[in-house]
Amino acid sequence: MAQISLNVNGKSRVLNTDPSTPLLYVLRDDLELNGPRFGCGLSQCGACTVIMDGKAVRSCSIAVSAAQARNITTLEGLGTVAHPHYLQTAFIEEQAAQCGYCMNGMIMTAKVLLDQNANPSEPEIRRALNANLCRCGSHLRVIRAVQRAAREKVSA
Amino acid sequence: MDTKSISRRQLLKGTGALVVSFSFWGPVSQALAQGAAQSGRPTAPAHNGDLDATQLDSWLAVAQDGKVTIFTSKVELGTGVETALAQMVAEELDVSFKRIYMDVGDTDRTVDQAVTAGSRTLERAGPQLRQAAAAGRQQLLKLASARLGVPADRLTVNDGVVSVIGSPAKKISYGDLVNGKRFDVQVSATGTGWDMKIAPEVPAKNYKDYKIVGTSVARVDLPAKFTGEFTYTQDVRVPGMLHGRVVRPPTVNSKPASVDESSVRDIPGIVKIVQEGNFVGVVAETEWAAIRAARSLKVTWSAPGTKLPANTGQVDDYLKNTKSFRDQVAVNKGNVETTISQASKVYQATYHWPFQIHGMIAPSCAVADVRDGQATIWAGSQGPFATRGRVANLLGIPPQNVRVLYRESSGCYGRLSTDDVPEDAAVMSRAVGKPVRVQWMREDEHAWEPKGPQQLISVRAAVDTQGKVVAWDYLDRSFPWTTSGTALLASQQLGIKPTGPGAPNGTGGGGDIYTFDHQKVVAALIPWVQPDPTPLRTSNLRAPGELARTFATESFIDEMAADLAVDPVQFRLRYLNKDVRPTDALRAAAKQAQWKERPSPAPPAPGPKATGRGVAIANRANTITAAVAEVEVDKTTGKVLVKRVSFAHDCGLIVNPDGLKNQIEGNIIQGISRTLMEQVQFDESGIKSLDWASHPIITYQDIPQIDIVLINRPEMGPLGGGEPSISPVPGAIANAIFDATGVRLREIPLTPKRVLAGLQAGTLSSKRL
Repeated sequence: MAQISLNVNGKSRVLNTDPSTPLLYVLRDDLELNGPRFGCGLSQCGACTVIMDGKAVRSCSIAVSAAQARNITTLEGLGTVAHPHYLQTAFIEEQAAQCGYCMNGMIMTAKVLLDQNANPSEPEIRRALNANLCRCGSHLRVIRAVQRAAREKVSA
Repeated sequence: MDTKSISRRQLLKGTGALVVSFSFWGPVSQALAQGAAQSGRPTAPAHNGDLDATQLDSWLAVAQDGKVTIFTSKVELGTGVETALAQMVAEELDVSFKRIYMDVGDTDRTVDQAVTAGSRTLERAGPQLRQAAAAGRQQLLKLASARLGVPADRLTVNDGVVSVIGSPAKKISYGDLVNGKRFDVQVSATGTGWDMKIAPEVPAKNYKDYKIVGTSVARVDLPAKFTGEFTYTQDVRVPGMLHGRVVRPPTVNSKPASVDESSVRDIPGIVKIVQEGNFVGVVAETEWAAIRAARSLKVTWSAPGTKLPANTGQVDDYLKNTKSFRDQVAVNKGNVETTISQASKVYQATYHWPFQIHGMIAPSCAVADVRDGQATIWAGSQGPFATRGRVANLLGIPPQNVRVLYRESSGCYGRLSTDDVPEDAAVMSRAVGKPVRVQWMREDEHAWEPKGPQQLISVRAAVDTQGKVVAWDYLDRSFPWTTSGTALLASQQLGIKPTGPGAPNGTGGGGDIYTFDHQKVVAALIPWVQPDPTPLRTSNLRAPGELARTFATESFIDEMAADLAVDPVQFRLRYLNKDVRPTDALRAAAKQAQWKERPSPAPPAPGPKATGRGVAIANRANTITAAVAEVEVDKTTGKVLVKRVSFAHDCGLIVNPDGLKNQIEGNIIQGISRTLMEQVQFDESGIKSLDWASHPIITYQDIPQIDIVLINRPEMGPLGGGEPSISPVPGAIANAIFDATGVRLREIPLTPKRVLAGLQAGTLSSKRL
């Protein structure tokens, strides 16, 4: 066990945990953040995606010790139902999910894409999201939601 | 879904002539006899809910503020059905949609309406809730009539406020009428589960007056799913909760010959190594400790009592050479044998469908709190009452002592109708006397989820001298769902025996959408009862059995059309015999695709890529679908890219058009993945596709354009939309590949390797006898 300090969604948190624990379990079980989700534990599906220092990363495969002194943003750090982020609004507008379990990864990956490229083409969106799996088949709606978010961000 | 059980006599009759070709199935008759003898406790007793279905209060409650709560054991699986059901209820009660709150899947608070499956929820539970709402409105008008002093037929309702027609000032709200009390009135209720009829005698609204049903109301669950505020099964936390992981055996009944607890001594936070019967699991204070311990724990398992088959080909041989225990005859008219034997031209082909997985993005998860002879289970089960019965049986306590609280998991496509993980959690919670959350790991889910069964389908048809198909002879050989109605993993590991070979894999999709003078469609069930079940146990997988059967039917129809040089759409229309719904759907999809009449294949294209179009139609649970797929085949790599799918869908009354389109898009995309990419990899030692790298599924780069035509038939009432639209997808793609290349592929998945092999073989037309 070791004392670990994390900076999550703008707040610093100190906790006592096994430093080899993947970040995902600390976010979920210790900080009770449900946005990042367990899908594979193998960096293959993207359900656990968080943003670390501006990059979309797989929290299931990063030891919590390696996440210290980094700025971590989870889905909760974007917005709430009462005050959604424009990306979340775009996903609601496009009804871009079925079960929604993978959508944390889609939204967090899209956030990083739009931060780096305000007006991505459709092939660029597909490329950016390609390593995020969705079994329900909501892909076309997700693409439309990202396009909508890009439009609304520009006009905002 | 046919849930008829198979009698011991039928079973033994079937086993008498079994051809057991391979040692890996072991003594099948012994297993059948064991199951039939029902040694040990009976498994999963059928149990109806304890709430009285004849009480209006069992179905709905009106709060003082006008909020209406609907109680239902039909659960949201990510298909939007909760929103659609709420629309039907709001419509019937004349309240705005936002007043409806759905209390879903709590076995203490809902009537057992049976499992949410088979695309039957809107069709069956829709009318149940609609009629309960109609009965509620009738009672509310009766109360209002007394309070306002006018007959009920002089009252009107606007968003839950009852007023006198012509005197709008004379009014009272639903909330004030009920005044925080129960209704305490009876409604009629007959039958059980899907077949339950609630207050059918109460008049319901005419569809012409619908204002909420038929509109694209936004899904109630989605906003919180996009912000992390939604509570999935995986997010349930209860005070004092511990974390469990299961240590999986090679086969279900493998015995843990030894468990070396010293192998995990160095891992801090372990609470208990649980070993009961053949079940081995680890309970720990943290999730990570449980994962590490489950991975590190040294367990020596006894030699498996059953081997897996070595490959798909061996399973095909077994399917082909083993006598069925039940021939389900879907159609049998005229004299097929004689007609075929006397025909001038006979076609014959065989189609192969492999074991496939549901592939939930979220592996199974549940929380159980078992203490003092009581159990509370938080689970994503499609059938909360089925899970209640199974857990009660496992724990040896009455079902009334078990409360299942539904919490949605990820999309499951049939997998959670036999939800294993609540049993794992119950066993471990009982062992430690505290709540335990069990999360399957990815490899647990890929290996141990019950699979969609392999199928082997042979079709023959006879054509007369005019080129008319006069006989159709269709035989599907597949396995029953071995997990259906029987003991699941932990139950079996604790010694509860399976009760039989399981439920059938359906009969639809074998060409019954067409009319031929002489026609036979049989779905034969081959026994898949292993003395020691392997991870190739089986269950219902989206449009169960029908996906494969429709692939075979629609490929075979296409093969005949090509050989007879007839346009594939026109050829199908001939045998739809002016049946209005499939004819309309087929024409609508063709029109959407700007279909040009010509026979397949297309003229050979120069260059490295060939394009083609293919059509297929289907009837699943009386929902009619038609698909036109346009593909591009890379002739050098064999890679198939589906560029566009045009789709027509008729499920009667459309409750929520955008929600329905969402389902259709998803079915098409999942259908493409299962057609082109997916197959469970295994050998004698076990399942080899244990993650998304070894079992890839479709990704963004391969998603086609999708254009959907919705056909609304409000006079029919609603039918299902959760799975019918996957059925025509494989046939449409296979036919499009043929159109592009002249290569006919009859074995799923349609991989680049198979396409290349076909191109090299230069198969240019269907085989003919």
